[in-house]
Amino acid sequence: MGLKQNLHNFKEKNKDKKWLPGFNALFTFLYMPNETTHNGTHIKAADDLKRTMNTVIMALVPCLIFGMFNAGYQHHLALGDITSASGFIDPLFWSWDNLVVGLWKVLPLVIVSYGVGLAVEFVFAIIKGHEVEEGYLVTGMLVPLIVPIDIPLWMLTVAVIFGVVIGKEVFGGTGMNILNPALTIRAFLFFAYPTWMSGDKVWVHGAAERAGTPDAISGETILGSLAQNNPAGYDVMDMFYGIIPGSVGETSTLLILLGALFLIFTKVGSWRIMVSAVLGALVMGLIFNGVASAGWITESSKFFGLMSTEFWQHLLIGGLAFGIVYMATDPVTASQTNKGKWVYGFLIGFISIMIRVFNPAYPEGVMLAILLMNVFAPTIDHYVIQGNVKRRMKRVKVKAA
Amino acid sequence: MGLLSKKDSKLIMDPLADNNPITIQVLGICSALAITAQLKPSIVMAISVMFVMGVGNVVISLMRNIIPSKIRIIVQLVVVATLVIIVDQVLKAFAYSLSKELSVFIGLIITNCIIMGRFEAFALANGTWRSFLDGIGNALGYGVILIIVGFFRELLGSGTLFGFKVLGDPVEKTGLYAIGYENNGFMVLPPMALIVVGIIIWVQRSRNKDLIED
Repeated sequence: MGLKQNLHNFKEKNKDKKWLPGFNALFTFLYMPNETTHNGTHIKAADDLKRTMNTVIMALVPCLIFGMFNAGYQHHLALGDITSASGFIDPLFWSWDNLVVGLWKVLPLVIVSYGVGLAVEFVFAIIKGHEVEEGYLVTGMLVPLIVPIDIPLWMLTVAVIFGVVIGKEVFGGTGMNILNPALTIRAFLFFAYPTWMSGDKVWVHGAAERAGTPDAISGETILGSLAQNNPAGYDVMDMFYGIIPGSVGETSTLLILLGALFLIFTKVGSWRIMVSAVLGALVMGLIFNGVASAGWITESSKFFGLMSTEFWQHLLIGGLAFGIVYMATDPVTASQTNKGKWVYGFLIGFISIMIRVFNPAYPEGVMLAILLMNVFAPTIDHYVIQGNVKRRMKRVKVKAA
Repeated sequence: MGLLSKKDSKLIMDPLADNNPITIQVLGICSALAITAQLKPSIVMAISVMFVMGVGNVVISLMRNIIPSKIRIIVQLVVVATLVIIVDQVLKAFAYSLSKELSVFIGLIITNCIIMGRFEAFALANGTWRSFLDGIGNALGYGVILIIVGFFRELLGSGTLFGFKVLGDPVEKTGLYAIGYENNGFMVLPPMALIVVGIIIWVQRSRNKDLIED
């Protein structure tokens, strides 16, 4: 008998040990469990929870790799070691030096995120005596991608513990959570340690420790510059490719778009949410453009910089695209009904841009917009379902009459 | 307790744990969220509420047979309002800066549901001594939670306790701050108070399964 049978026998032998859920988690990660359902309806499908989660992770890997190169690139560029790259396929960008810096800074984030998050999940599984849930697989990958590169690891640890416990475990674990855990973690960091999550000192590796010295380097994000009525200073194609400062993995709209196509193709992500969120953002952007061009606000207004930004450029800057594709579509926290998904997505896009423009202190509006709509998703579903019930009741009445 | 009979001591001890006004009855949350960013105002608030509840319960209990039941709420309000104004004036006279810090929340003790709740539920139907004990007990239960929340919020949010820099100086970078520790700004915001209260409720109910409702 092979390894699989040995492991299975081992499991049978230790059936009532407390740590068994921990062992099971690793076991089922390697092999399909050999338990079968005995009664009721059977659906034979290959896409179990782990498969679904792995699909999302696959869609995230390009963003992660790009993020590593970009981290190094922004670092070297700010130090003046290299000149700015032109275009997506530039050896100046995809260089070994850039990757080394990226690996050095990003891998610890990934390791801490997974290590701490899974440890919390294991502890809870053992306390509650249920199987370890796979919910953290995607969250653990999202978290390093949505934090600034220089975030201290202990802060990430605290935030991950908070996010997994308060965002998920208190509600009953994976599948029961109201809020997206990855965004809960980011929101915690944002409100707890604002100096590490915003400003112009955190987006480029090395900027924080050089602040105030003659070697100081600045790495303002585009949103940050626009919020202060300064020009963005990057060309549109660079924004699209993602060769701009920002959180680790959210800069490249091109790769996010590819990830979105992959998610839609595999039917893991909901295209309704993505499309409607983009629509919502465009509509709000157009409204603001209209306000700016109608002359209702002047250039001295503190909203002018972001309001006059071309409406479609909002999709390229900040974490909007990343949030829409990877976090708004989280099947647990999003609306479940198809009609509800349109409303849910539209409002996410709409509110993101509104927060972004009206509150320069919170330039990353998409995080707050998604968390807000997470809370409203069950309400939206409720009204969609009630609407369906009413329509059908009417039909019954018409028939009866 | 030698001083009190078993029944009487239950009046004090019950609200401290298994019938806590904040964590079990979930009353008086508003003030618990608003003024617990630091330990000192939490303690002052706890003492103020204790005074209002102790004296108020006694007054209501003394008057319980002459209050017409139709206007009892108004009578109760008058009693609370009088006591709260006394507390407010005393604070203004002897601890002006604290009174500034607590601002409207001393005045809002009037609306603290615990107080009206105890008047209605206990003082209107019980003798003076027992009503006094009940008032003190519930105020203690309220105060304990306030102090626990205030302790964690001040320690983690500002790195101080009663204003003393117990974790070192964040500007001079001494103590814990020397190794990169930073204050948690979220702790100072009211939502975190709600979460801390929630965690206390969670811990309490998982230790005593009888408290869990379905």
